[in-house]
Amino acid sequence: MKTYFRGAVAAIAVTAAVMTSNVVQAADTIKVGILHSLSGTMAISETTLKDVMLMLIEEQNKKGGVLGKKLEPVVVDPASNWPLFAEKARELIEVKKVDVVFGCWTSVSRKSVLPVFEELNSILFYPVQYEGEESQKNVFYTGAAPNQQAIPAVDYLAEAEGVKRWVLAGTDYVYPRTTNKILETYLKEQLGVAADDIMINYTPFGHSDWQTIVADIKKFGSAGKKTAVVSTINGDANVPFYKELANQGIKAEDIPVVAFSVGEEELAGLDTGPLVGHLAAWNYFMSADTPENADFIKKWKTFIKNDKRVTNDPMEAHYIGFNMWVKAAEIAGTTEADAVIDAITGVTVPNLTGGYSAMMPNHHITKPVLIGEIQANGQFETVSETPGLVPGDAWSDFLPGSKDLISDWRKPLSCGNFNVKTGKCSGKGS
Amino acid sequence: MARFIHSFVFFLALAWAIPGLAAPAQAQAADDDLRAAINQLAQGGFSQTAKQIQALAATGDDRVVPALQALLAGKLYFKKAGKQVFIIEQASGGYALTDPLTGESAGTLARGAVKKIRVNNRLRRELKAALGSLTLLSKVASVRMKAAEAVFKSQDPDSLEALDAALAKETDDGVKKAMQEARAAVLLKTDAPEADKLAALAAMEARGDRDALSIVIATAAQAEGALKAKAEKTATSIRQTLELWGAAQNVWYGLSLGSVLLLAAIGLAITFGVMGVINMAHGEMVMIGAYVTFMVQEVIRTSMPGLFDYSLLIAVPLAFLVAGAVGIAVERCIIRFLYGRPLETLLATWGLSLALQQTVRTIFGPTNREVGAPEFMSGAFEIGHLTITYNRLWIIVFSLVVLFSLMAVLKKTPLGLQMRAVTQNRRMAGAMGIRTNWVDAVTFGLGSGIAGIAGVALSQIDNVSPNLGQTYIIDSFMVVVFGGVGNLWGTLVGAMTLGVANKFLEPYAGAVLGKVLVLVFIILFIQKRPRGLFALKGRAIES
Repeated sequence: MKTYFRGAVAAIAVTAAVMTSNVVQAADTIKVGILHSLSGTMAISETTLKDVMLMLIEEQNKKGGVLGKKLEPVVVDPASNWPLFAEKARELIEVKKVDVVFGCWTSVSRKSVLPVFEELNSILFYPVQYEGEESQKNVFYTGAAPNQQAIPAVDYLAEAEGVKRWVLAGTDYVYPRTTNKILETYLKEQLGVAADDIMINYTPFGHSDWQTIVADIKKFGSAGKKTAVVSTINGDANVPFYKELANQGIKAEDIPVVAFSVGEEELAGLDTGPLVGHLAAWNYFMSADTPENADFIKKWKTFIKNDKRVTNDPMEAHYIGFNMWVKAAEIAGTTEADAVIDAITGVTVPNLTGGYSAMMPNHHITKPVLIGEIQANGQFETVSETPGLVPGDAWSDFLPGSKDLISDWRKPLSCGNFNVKTGKCSGKGS
Repeated sequence: MARFIHSFVFFLALAWAIPGLAAPAQAQAADDDLRAAINQLAQGGFSQTAKQIQALAATGDDRVVPALQALLAGKLYFKKAGKQVFIIEQASGGYALTDPLTGESAGTLARGAVKKIRVNNRLRRELKAALGSLTLLSKVASVRMKAAEAVFKSQDPDSLEALDAALAKETDDGVKKAMQEARAAVLLKTDAPEADKLAALAAMEARGDRDALSIVIATAAQAEGALKAKAEKTATSIRQTLELWGAAQNVWYGLSLGSVLLLAAIGLAITFGVMGVINMAHGEMVMIGAYVTFMVQEVIRTSMPGLFDYSLLIAVPLAFLVAGAVGIAVERCIIRFLYGRPLETLLATWGLSLALQQTVRTIFGPTNREVGAPEFMSGAFEIGHLTITYNRLWIIVFSLVVLFSLMAVLKKTPLGLQMRAVTQNRRMAGAMGIRTNWVDAVTFGLGSGIAGIAGVALSQIDNVSPNLGQTYIIDSFMVVVFGGVGNLWGTLVGAMTLGVANKFLEPYAGAVLGKVLVLVFIILFIQKRPRGLFALKGRAIES
């Protein structure tokens, strides 16, 4: 019922949009698919990414498009419904004949579309930080891998704040579980933290009553050692969590919280006064003081016609990914998938924080890692930045079974999970 | 935030007053040195700034207090040319500059000409410690109290002298106690004689909260011999007391969760419990109430900011009317055609819930909307070692008020009488001249309106987003079914039982498993008592 109802509405909307634009623009356009949920629980995050893609495409068309052709966005709504993601991806590639797709937010939606992209040999740009442990020929990961977000954040807390006791709090699904597994090994093996000094806590999606957990964190923190919380709590659940922290009087100076899923957009619905000093690790902050960023923010606010809207890290990831795809298509001289996939490795484009990001052979990109503190105005202030760019590591060095794997999609290796011990393109577990 | 700014301004005014009163002639000569030291804050990275803060604190001169406070509040800037430091206030067309030492106005500058001195958590800790030891001698008791707390937190051995001096002069008992505790905490960090440290441990035991426990454990880890034994004993004793308080805290958390469940479920107790309509769009009525609160606050923010503290009181009747009106419309347009067909009602209301969500998403956008907390609902107070937050307290009170008002309406008003008559025996009620159609619509509207009221309260603790209602719909059904369909007392007892059970399970089983266990418990319970805790008796059941 749900799927049918939403699907029908979305299909009507899309058909209408496509029909009108088909009439106006002749057949000679390059179609770009946008696969982000515009309804359902994930609409809160993904709608913004759809808008930013429309803006980027509009900007590119003003510059004359790609390879002399105009770009034409094709928007579909997978409605936060994981199986529908696969159906919509198939529709985009087979029916709408798009050359590239920008989309997905949750890992489960990405996993759901992977077989489709592999089977139909198309290209997906995935813009969100994720748990790693994946490298696929048809997918380009422009968000952060754990070594580009989680590990530098933990390093910062250990060094700058002298943290000795760790709470790993997350929502109960694949990204927090994998990230916390990596972090637990990292803390124990690299920083020498005892098992007693690590507390791991999972909560259901949309958890809204944080009283007990915040009290537990307070209790855990009163053992005479500096304590910090590493939060992989997802999306909406963050707001009540931070409200409860403020209510129970936990200040950032006492127990800092570093979050991997809290950006400018999440803070927009929140009075950040009591949260000043809590941290987030990202590869981009809206407060980045560069001309590229100022330009991007100005264009975004004009495009969305709202002066209060903010920019965030996944938006920058789409910005980088889109520019990389444009450049690769121009190098390859075509938008045909295989040619673009071959051409894009090594492509370098400016990011919004004043550096250049490059696409690596493992289909991840290089990014700076920024640690920011929440300010009273809902923005982040960068307190630490990695000196150089950090290359994304598809296979974590801190998980058994994944240490020995590397990924290199250049010929002749062309393998996403090459085991250096066995010398085979075999994958995990050997 | 407002409170924070308020206390900051107060602090600032006060800090300027102190040096004015006690400005000896020789101090004026040292002005330039101090100014140079303050200007040093603009040099280098975080660790250099930290050193400079310590140096300023070491002067013991309370004229540096305004500068440090401004730094803490993020209002200390330096001129890009010359790196001279000023306190900044937002002004039209740029920033108004104030001299950090004299407090005199130093003109205005454009935004680009000055740069903020950045602070991080470490600097904030340093600043609070420094301000603590510098303001111990303030004339205002509440400032001294805050200072003593700051020293307690920082346990900076350098502040011992200042503490002793302050203690000698202190007259207020409460502040004196706080200072003695701070002194004890500092002593445990120094290499004071063992006898002093043992006394300090006793002071920590008397304080007995988590901060004290943390200090005692740290002491035990470093000490040896008799001191270590005593520290460990103290830690155990504090832990035992806290354990008892922990149980009380769980009960409180349970009641508070229960009150949230109760609020969400009361409306459903009418539409589902009394009328028997399986209303999957109930959560969306709650969401509409939350959005009404947001709208009310938006209007107040833009046109009459003075009324902000009353925004929730204004929102309650409005939310009731708006959600109630939507409810009546839904009943008239959809549900009345589906009475007696539960499966179709379920599907229709589910579709309706999706439609309502998407409508709100289209109008207000998919992102969260900020609903502020009025002054009386922010902050917390303590009873013993139990922290009680005001918002949770008010929500408990509010949920009970709503429940009892609803009971009064059902029992004492003609409308209530008609509602009960119609639900008990529709045809007989019709024969007595009651317009049953009209009563149906009003009853559904009442249930929806109450859901809207719940939305006003829930906007204080949850996200105001189109998905708000989804979170509560399952829980609401659970409460109504568990408590007994058609009985408001059952809803009350059901909500509170589930809340407390959940909170006692959570520390042992974790939040995820805790929820599963509660669900399993309800399923088993329903097997045993299909009509819930408080089953209605009588003929109505059979029909």
